[in-house]
Amino acid sequence: MHPILAQLRRLLFYLLGWIPLAGMLAYLLAVPGNLSWFEAVTVSSILCLLYAFVCLAAWYPCMATPLERSSISRFLFTHVVGAAVASALWLVATRVLGRMLSGFDEFRGISVQLTQDYPLIFGTGVLLYLLAVGFHYVLLAVEASREAEARVMQASVLAREAELRALKAQVNPHFLFNSLNSISALTTSDAVKAREMCILLGDFLRRTLGLGEKVAIPLEEEMSLIHAFLAVEKIRYGARLQMDETIDKEALEAHVPPLLLQPLVENAVGHGIANLIEGGWIRLSAARRDGELDIVVENLFDPDAPPRRRSGVGLANVRQRLQTRYGNRAKFATSIDGATFRVSISLPVEIKERVS
Amino acid sequence: MTVEPGKKIRTVIVDDEDLARQVLREFLSKHPEIEIVAECANGFQAVKCAAELEPDLLFLDIQMPKLDGFEVLELIGANRAVIFVTAYDTFAIRAFEVHAVDYLLKPVSGERFNAALQRAEERLSGKTPSAPVAAMELAASARPPSHYLDRIPVRDGTSVFIIPVAKLDYAEAQDDYVALVSGGKKHLKQQTISNLESALDPSRFLRIHRSYIVNLERVIKIEPFGKDTHVAVLSGGVQLPVSRAGHARLRAFLDR
Repeated sequence: MHPILAQLRRLLFYLLGWIPLAGMLAYLLAVPGNLSWFEAVTVSSILCLLYAFVCLAAWYPCMATPLERSSISRFLFTHVVGAAVASALWLVATRVLGRMLSGFDEFRGISVQLTQDYPLIFGTGVLLYLLAVGFHYVLLAVEASREAEARVMQASVLAREAELRALKAQVNPHFLFNSLNSISALTTSDAVKAREMCILLGDFLRRTLGLGEKVAIPLEEEMSLIHAFLAVEKIRYGARLQMDETIDKEALEAHVPPLLLQPLVENAVGHGIANLIEGGWIRLSAARRDGELDIVVENLFDPDAPPRRRSGVGLANVRQRLQTRYGNRAKFATSIDGATFRVSISLPVEIKERVS
Repeated sequence: MTVEPGKKIRTVIVDDEDLARQVLREFLSKHPEIEIVAECANGFQAVKCAAELEPDLLFLDIQMPKLDGFEVLELIGANRAVIFVTAYDTFAIRAFEVHAVDYLLKPVSGERFNAALQRAEERLSGKTPSAPVAAMELAASARPPSHYLDRIPVRDGTSVFIIPVAKLDYAEAQDDYVALVSGGKKHLKQQTISNLESALDPSRFLRIHRSYIVNLERVIKIEPFGKDTHVAVLSGGVQLPVSRAGHARLRAFLDR
């Protein structure tokens, strides 16, 4: 479909662009030519309106002769022939118009007078057509760049979505390996506890699998996922791991992206508690304030702990997910206060009707 | 180190998780030739146990509080049999480069455990040659080039000090040792100065002399000393000799 004919707005703008051209033609017909101003304006208006549509046909030769992939000879041949044909058609139209108008009293003898202007009209027709060719090439270039831009946008959106899906589906495999090792230890010493741990681990895994598809879940659901995770870790770390929660009732119904907080708690365990001989606490607090949900995850850590690989990846992921989803409306900050590591998040409160 | 036939293999288990130690203890209980002399829950304890008890065999977790498994091995010396036990498969190459007997992945299977133990017993009975090269030489070579030390663990008897490299003023070669000077205190470590040099970030530390590596942040000025030589004056007032080659390197660094 022709891009100008596709939208009425564009067509109107295009025709507006022809008004000065019609004015120029009228001038040529009246001043160096031999028509009166009234005759010149009438003839040129009708002719230009017609020719405006004829020139739209330049779109097709332009498409068939792309600038960067056509030889110069072919380029010249196509458009010169196109201009000659279009202008010849225009001349025929002029002749027919002259005949029709001479029937009116106001335009008596115009047919003969116009015949003298044929060279002028033909030349103008060729120039106007070539102008249209140039215009259509610009149009094509704009379309192409817009398309390329859209493709890039779409690719980046797709990539981001894929990344998020992968993130959401991610369960740290080392958490699994270590948990399985604990279960393996318990099988001989405490079979009941081994079974309990299998069930807890299964519960956690099932919850994370189900979340991959969802865009947002109530904080309450995220918290029960965290409880399942900590229940497993509690068996591994025993008394070394203490959890402390302060969560407002109204914060629980606010929606958060799934698995947003679980990696933070996992980080707190892996980089904080795991490095402390006597263990330590993790504190999670959430509150609603002026349409914002403020969440703080704090944990003790050992500033002199051996350096760990991959540290910071989990935090960077959370930060990026917040940025992608909320842009400037979400805040993410980390701070160190003595032996306490703190992640503070604030995001706009979203509450959805419960869909069952 | 070899164990005479008929004598029990003195073994230490190091893991910060009680349940992980429990599995190893259970597997080991089926081997009468093994005597568990200690269980440690962190790196510091492990170094202390190794120094006091001189075990033949260690089961070492890698990620632990205070010191990681590689740092423990570096401090206790490589001349004993070590089996790493970890959930991470990413350290395997490094583990063999520090001449670990084996590398077990959690969850550990009984069969795989027995195979590892057999290899350890072979090494201890002298059937296979033990590691000829010091563990830390290889630990340094196994380090990816972009990853330099950010702390140096040092052992003094049974206690361990950790020197963050930012607090290291300079290092001085002393026979088979390097003296690491930090805040006016000297710590001796069994390591060659070249080895230490290769483990430190070259944009922060420079070998200014055959026997000296200096922390560039501590250097206040360089003064001529004698005909061909210079001295570097550090912020604490200490003066270190600078060789001709060292001076060229120092100039190149300062001109940059």
